[in-house]
Amino acid sequence: MHPAPSVIVFTSLSGLGFGLLVFLGVGLPPVTGWVALVFYLIAYGLAVGGLLASTFHLGHPERALKAFTQWKTSWLSREAWLSVAALLVMAVHAFAAVFLDSVLTLVGWTGAALSLVTVYSTSMIYAQLKTVPRWNQPLTPVHLLSLSIAGGALLAGQTTLAALLLTLAAAVQVAHWQMGDSALSRSGTDLSTATGLGPGTVRAFEPPHTGTNYLLKEFVHVVGRRHARKLRLIALLFGYGLPVLFLLFPGAGHVLGALAVVSHLAGLVVSRWLFFAEAEHVVGLYYGKRVA
Amino acid sequence: MAHTQPALDLSPKVSDEIRKTTCYMCACRCGIDVHMKDGPDGKKRVAYIEGNRDHPVNKGVLCAKGSAGIMQVNAPSRLKTPLLRTGPRGSGEFREIGWEEALSTAVGWLNELHETAPEKLAFFTGRDQSQSFTGFWAQNFGTPNYAAHGGFCSVNMAAAGIYTMGGAFWEFGQPDWDHTKLFMIFGVAEDHDSNPIKMGLGKLKERGAKIIGVNPIRSGYNAIADEWVGITPGTDGLFILSLIHCLLKAGKIDLEYLTRFTNAPVLVNGDEKSPEHGLLMRDDDGKFLVLDRRTGKPAPYDDPAVQPDLAGTWRKAGVTHQPAFQLLAERYLSDDYAPEAVAERCGVPAKRIRHIAGELARVAFDEAIEIDRPWTDFRGVRHEKMTGRPVSFHAMRGISAHSNGFQTCRALHVLQILLGSVEVPGGFRFKPPYPKPVEAHPTPHGNGRPGRPLDGPHLGFPRGPEDLLLDAKGRPRRIDKAFTWENPFSAHGLMHMVISNAHAGDPYPIDTLFMYMANMAWNSSMNTSGVDKMLTDRHEDGRYVIPRIIYSDAYSSEMVAYADLVLPDTTYLERHDCISLLDRPICEADAAADAIRWPVVEPDRDVRGFQSVLIELANRLGMPGFTDEDGTPKWTDYADYMVNHERRPGIGPLMGFRGDGDDVGRGAPNPDQLDRYIANGGFFETHIPEEAAYFKPWNMAYQDWAVGLGLFDSPQPYLFSLYVEPMRRFQLAAEGHGDVQPPDHLRGQIGKVMDPLPIWYPPVEDGHVDPVEYPVHALTQRPMAMYHSWGTQNAWLRQIHGHNPLYLPTKLWHQHGFAEGDWAKVTSAHGCIVVPVAHMAALNEHTVWTWNAIGKRKGAWALSQDAPEATKGFLLNHLIHELLPPKGDGLRWANSDPVTGQAAWFDLRVKIEKVPPPDEAQPVRPPITSPVGQGPPDLAWKVGK
Amino acid sequence: MTELPATTQKKLGLVIDLDTCVGCHACVISCKGWNTENYGAPLSDQDAYGADPTGTFLNRVHSYEITPEDGPAQLVHFPKSCLHCEDAPCVTVCPTGASYKRAEDGIVLVNESDCIGCGLCAWACPYGAREMDAAEGVMKKCTLCVDRIYNDNLPEEDREPACVRTCPAGARHFGDLGDPDSAVSQLVEARGGMDLMPEQGTKPVNKYLPPRPKQDRAAETDTRAPQLKPVAEDTKGFFSWLDKALDRLPGGASDPDKGGS
Ligand SMILES: Nc1nc2c(c(=O)[nH]1)N[C@H]1C(S)=C(S)[C@@H](COP(=O)(O)OP(=O)(O)OC[C@H]3O[C@@H](n4cnc5c(=O)[nH]c(N)nc54)[C@H](O)[C@@H]3O)O[C@H]1N2
Ligand SMILES: Nc1nc2c(c(=O)[nH]1)N[C@H]1C(S)=C(S)[C@@H](COP(=O)(O)OP(=O)(O)OC[C@H]3O[C@@H](n4cnc5c(=O)[nH]c(N)nc54)[C@H](O)[C@@H]3O)O[C@H]1N2
Ligand code: SF4
Ligand code: SF4
Ligand code: SF4
Ligand code: SF4
Ligand code: SF4
Ligand SMILES: [Mo]
Repeated sequence: MHPAPSVIVFTSLSGLGFGLLVFLGVGLPPVTGWVALVFYLIAYGLAVGGLLASTFHLGHPERALKAFTQWKTSWLSREAWLSVAALLVMAVHAFAAVFLDSVLTLVGWTGAALSLVTVYSTSMIYAQLKTVPRWNQPLTPVHLLSLSIAGGALLAGQTTLAALLLTLAAAVQVAHWQMGDSALSRSGTDLSTATGLGPGTVRAFEPPHTGTNYLLKEFVHVVGRRHARKLRLIALLFGYGLPVLFLLFPGAGHVLGALAVVSHLAGLVVSRWLFFAEAEHVVGLYYGKRVA
Repeated sequence: MAHTQPALDLSPKVSDEIRKTTCYMCACRCGIDVHMKDGPDGKKRVAYIEGNRDHPVNKGVLCAKGSAGIMQVNAPSRLKTPLLRTGPRGSGEFREIGWEEALSTAVGWLNELHETAPEKLAFFTGRDQSQSFTGFWAQNFGTPNYAAHGGFCSVNMAAAGIYTMGGAFWEFGQPDWDHTKLFMIFGVAEDHDSNPIKMGLGKLKERGAKIIGVNPIRSGYNAIADEWVGITPGTDGLFILSLIHCLLKAGKIDLEYLTRFTNAPVLVNGDEKSPEHGLLMRDDDGKFLVLDRRTGKPAPYDDPAVQPDLAGTWRKAGVTHQPAFQLLAERYLSDDYAPEAVAERCGVPAKRIRHIAGELARVAFDEAIEIDRPWTDFRGVRHEKMTGRPVSFHAMRGISAHSNGFQTCRALHVLQILLGSVEVPGGFRFKPPYPKPVEAHPTPHGNGRPGRPLDGPHLGFPRGPEDLLLDAKGRPRRIDKAFTWENPFSAHGLMHMVISNAHAGDPYPIDTLFMYMANMAWNSSMNTSGVDKMLTDRHEDGRYVIPRIIYSDAYSSEMVAYADLVLPDTTYLERHDCISLLDRPICEADAAADAIRWPVVEPDRDVRGFQSVLIELANRLGMPGFTDEDGTPKWTDYADYMVNHERRPGIGPLMGFRGDGDDVGRGAPNPDQLDRYIANGGFFETHIPEEAAYFKPWNMAYQDWAVGLGLFDSPQPYLFSLYVEPMRRFQLAAEGHGDVQPPDHLRGQIGKVMDPLPIWYPPVEDGHVDPVEYPVHALTQRPMAMYHSWGTQNAWLRQIHGHNPLYLPTKLWHQHGFAEGDWAKVTSAHGCIVVPVAHMAALNEHTVWTWNAIGKRKGAWALSQDAPEATKGFLLNHLIHELLPPKGDGLRWANSDPVTGQAAWFDLRVKIEKVPPPDEAQPVRPPITSPVGQGPPDLAWKVGK
Repeated sequence: MTELPATTQKKLGLVIDLDTCVGCHACVISCKGWNTENYGAPLSDQDAYGADPTGTFLNRVHSYEITPEDGPAQLVHFPKSCLHCEDAPCVTVCPTGASYKRAEDGIVLVNESDCIGCGLCAWACPYGAREMDAAEGVMKKCTLCVDRIYNDNLPEEDREPACVRTCPAGARHFGDLGDPDSAVSQLVEARGGMDLMPEQGTKPVNKYLPPRPKQDRAAETDTRAPQLKPVAEDTKGFFSWLDKALDRLPGGASDPDKGGS
């Protein structure tokens, strides 16, 4: 899949934002007043910023409200509802915390739950797609949720918990890669099922157009295997390894905490880039395009 | 929330008006429904084009090019106004001039030639669909130097067909798609009959009839064939003669057909000392003589009681004469033609050849069909039934565009005739005005006198050496050396030699080269870079070697840049045109049909229909034929000519709605004729009566119908020529008989290639180029969705074919270690190109190929200079030369068929090596300044709301 | 609406005959022409005369090469447009309801005025049948020519998709695949019509008729066709066969109908 920057930014940031909201909702840390304001600004900045970024790739952003209509069937529509619900509920919680200095526990827990489900719904947008076998696996929601929560914990300053969750997320990440690598071949979809042709080996001969097209630009992105391996190591190191190291560093202070966040962000973006770039859409088969 | 859906307007208005005319995206000439809508300016504009369901050619279907016509009539590459060259030739620098200046300039150049030396005008018209008119113009100008593109296209096919059976494949006939059970197609990628062939193949598939494709490349039609014969290029003749060998050996030939309808039983003069040795024997009335089995004596062939013998001897005055068939059988029964003897050269296993011969025999004889339809032949014999041999064949340039193509096409026709499958149900059928024997065609004419018309039509079919166009000293009369000993049967001229000969001043220099609709500076020339030099070459005093070039094109093609004066034409939807029975009509086997084009939209530029411009020039020049004695013009424009010109009294360009509107074929000019055509969908069709539908050359009902329609003035029944007597006349000359004698260096060649029975010899290039050094055959194919160079400007089509790789077979692919994205250097004896490659397994292992005419010169066609057509696209033409490499005998050997002069495009041999990818396909030619600017970046085309 | 109708009254669709398609691209361009002028926004082209021309097409013709274990390689031309799936994932993922499947005939359409151009439906389609129009920012797809097939302004015989009407080889058929008695269903039955990517569970309505088996190999095992039994071993023998055969011709010496002589 084409790693569209707006989508990468959206999913990375909003995931983090909602992750942070989860922790704020359950009172970790139990902040109020100005401190709470700062936390909430960061959380909303990430979550809302991400949502806004997601509209950049729309052909008709001015019609975005129409996306709320199909919650019954569409994960994208559900995500729209859930994110708005989470943001509204957490807004009440935030308002109380910042301006009333009070913690509305029930509201907070509801908001946290909604934030989690929002991330889940986002993940399901990808996980539901049979057309992208790498995404179409149970680990996809686990991967995106674990990342979101780990990132949230990191931002929420939950040092130990964050280290634990990051380690967990790293494990899920590796498993997701591993499962993903064989997903297309396990899916049973190949050029012969795509064309129904055979017996014999089937090969794409001439493409329908010598030029490119929307499908090729959107769905066919080839990353070299060596390149991908390098990027995976970078994602692991920056997204998980270094942050954990920084967090576990005895007497880790704000500086190291900040470094952990920056490193995590960098790793997260690389991981998300790979999430898209490595995902092969089955339509590529029709064009004879498969990872080298 | 249950399922809901928006209300849709299911019956939107489709258009404001439908105008029916004829497509011109290729020579197939389908009928089109042009849907018009009001544009933003209130003027009617073309909104959508679809096929005309009532049209005889396409019956509603339309190919990609036809549907993309809207991008053609609106192409940014359209020329806008007449142009006069300002920069050096080839630069593309022009001054825009008005029509008055353009016409007076042309008249200024032409007038002197017309009055003093008409042969100094060479008028060649490329992809012309009005040859009967342009030929008439040239004839009245008085120049012998006229032809259209047929010489580099498929004259081998046309000439072999006409000499053998009075008509060829090409546009002259078609398989009996409704009845044939086995169809064999040789060397066809697209053909002039594009849509009808596809429709025909569809019919066969629907009926489950079998298709055998003979082609080194298995794409397109060959991809859907049930059996594929991936033959080695240039060897079809051998393959076919081997099929004939097998069929003869098994006695699987149609004896009744051969005795009745062909010259198989006609006696051949066996007197070796006679100047008539090898000619057919005639009685005192000039009738062919056959041996009558009842008497063992000769009798005229058309005696209804005669029982012609196919073998045997007739001794007279101590000399033995034999029927032609005996010579034929003796030749092909020889083991030289046994499958085992030819298999390796053809790249087809012997078993395969036998199997196919067996299939032909089985279907032709065991699955013969009969139609209950009595008919009467020219002998007056009534036949109760029509017996059909349901095997049919089609072939085109794959066998035609080789230097042994004439004889190969002949071999194929002989095969058809031996099987008795021509003009019978399930076989091959002619389309009017064919069948038409050689005798009904003119001979060539080339005698021009200043201010007077030529002595007759330019192009024709020589019957013997006296019909060659040579002057008293034996020098060619024509600039292209058509109808000379180098290529006696060059019935379509040799357009590919015009520039080369004019540049060399051989046989004589010319003054003005006047071309129409031929991209001769690019894809229709052999040796593209060489032609560029010839067109721009100057004498020491700075004058161009070819002094003047006038060119008419509708678009900003490569050739435009080389013209001194450009006459911009309209597009096909903006003018009158005539698809005439006098020319290359659109008939079907069951009907005669002709058609028109008419201006369904008005031009929005200062352009004029070329034919009307020719009439204007003729009028200003006071040319005979176009003006009365007192100089009054006969016609104001082409539409006027189409209606009012009469070739013979009562016979004009259009056959329909003559006289008071009800006359067909013959009748006085009708001023309402064009309106009637328009009302009728742009065409006219008249059906052949049922009893005349088959056996046309011999069927009196057909002959009478043809006379009634004006195709002939009297019935013209004839025999098919297994043995082609006119060829033998040339051999006789080569043997020293007669007054018109070949030069000595051509005696051997004439003796060999003018064999009256089909022969096979290796492509001539093989004798000049080392097959070991250049082991690979290189071919081109037409892409179905592109028309030569002129598809490129089409925004929709160029997305399908924007560049062209060279396809390599598996063996070469691995041998050179190619991988996707690689490039190769391809070298011929003549030149070299560097191009992208791709792998194809379904390909003859000694053959590489590419799509034809995709590569473009930078700056042409209103494309950007970095268009893929110009950076990755390429032409194979750089590797092909109009002359063969010198053999060391001091002579120039044309890269053409020695019988017809057909350009031997497909004889090309190359070698291949892998090279690092260059920035652009090589050679890179310097860019042309675009006289029309560049097209807009984006299109969102919609006429209506 | 993105909920799929529980059932559709008809299952209109195409049947494409891979044994007949010659790969001419006629259907591609007639589709482009019709849909540029009709339903919704025109199918636009970018860099139309430049280095990298691209545009929206609702139907494209691929080609594939098959190399059998034994026998020469083959080429198959393969047109592909929307298959109007019964379980159309492109519909259910759509957040706006712009994508829907019609209850009456099963045609899958995009209501362009509702489409936000998110592209998700194209992600969900395994066949590459949806293309976002770069000029208009809305999703385009084959409409099965819904504005032709019921159009009262067209003559009855023209109420079929543009691509079907134009296909010169007759490789495209249109009809109700929900009706087992329809011509298209019969064709699918007779020729073993198949689904593309059945494992994706989309239940395509359009069917493909596979290429008939090639006879390239049969040819070479058929060593000496019975039709080719020689009439004689040598040329002399041939002519004596010929002599007898000519006698048997109508009017010949031993013509059975001739009655003595
Ligand atoms: N390598 C290789 N070369 C080949 C062949 C091959 O098989 N291989 N095939 C050969 C054959 S058979 C042929 S016929 C030639 C074809 O080659 P050409 O005869 O050169 O045909 P086109 O490229 O179509 O170019 C014809 C010109 O007509 C112009 N034109 C288009 N419409 C109009 C119009 O309405 N009015 C006017 N006045 N001009 C118009 C176009 O712009 C173009 O410049 O190519 C030959 N060249
Ligand atoms: N779409 C489209 N249609 C066209 C044209 C076009 O440009 N585009 N051009 C028109 C013109 S001018 C012409 S002349 C016709 C030509 O129509 P075709 O006769 O179909 O000509 P080509 O496309 O040159 O295809 C030649 C075929 O012969 C095969 N071939 C080459 N050498 C041999 C051989 O030795 N033996 C055999 N058996 N096969 C061989 C090649 O593989 C190729 O398939 O098409 C006309 N129709
Ligand atoms: S085959 Fe195509 S381009 Fe040629 S005349 Fe017919 S529709 Fe036009
Ligand atoms: S129009 Fe018909 S033959 Fe041509 S590509 Fe389309 S389906 Fe195939
Ligand atoms: S082919 Fe693709 S776009 Fe069409 S209905 Fe099926 S999934 Fe949807
Ligand atoms: S692009 Fe349009 S039709 Fe497709 S899912 Fe998005 S809103 Fe729906
Ligand atoms: S049915 Fe209509 S929209 Fe669909 S591919 Fe055919 S022409 Fe295009
Ligand atoms: Mo041609």
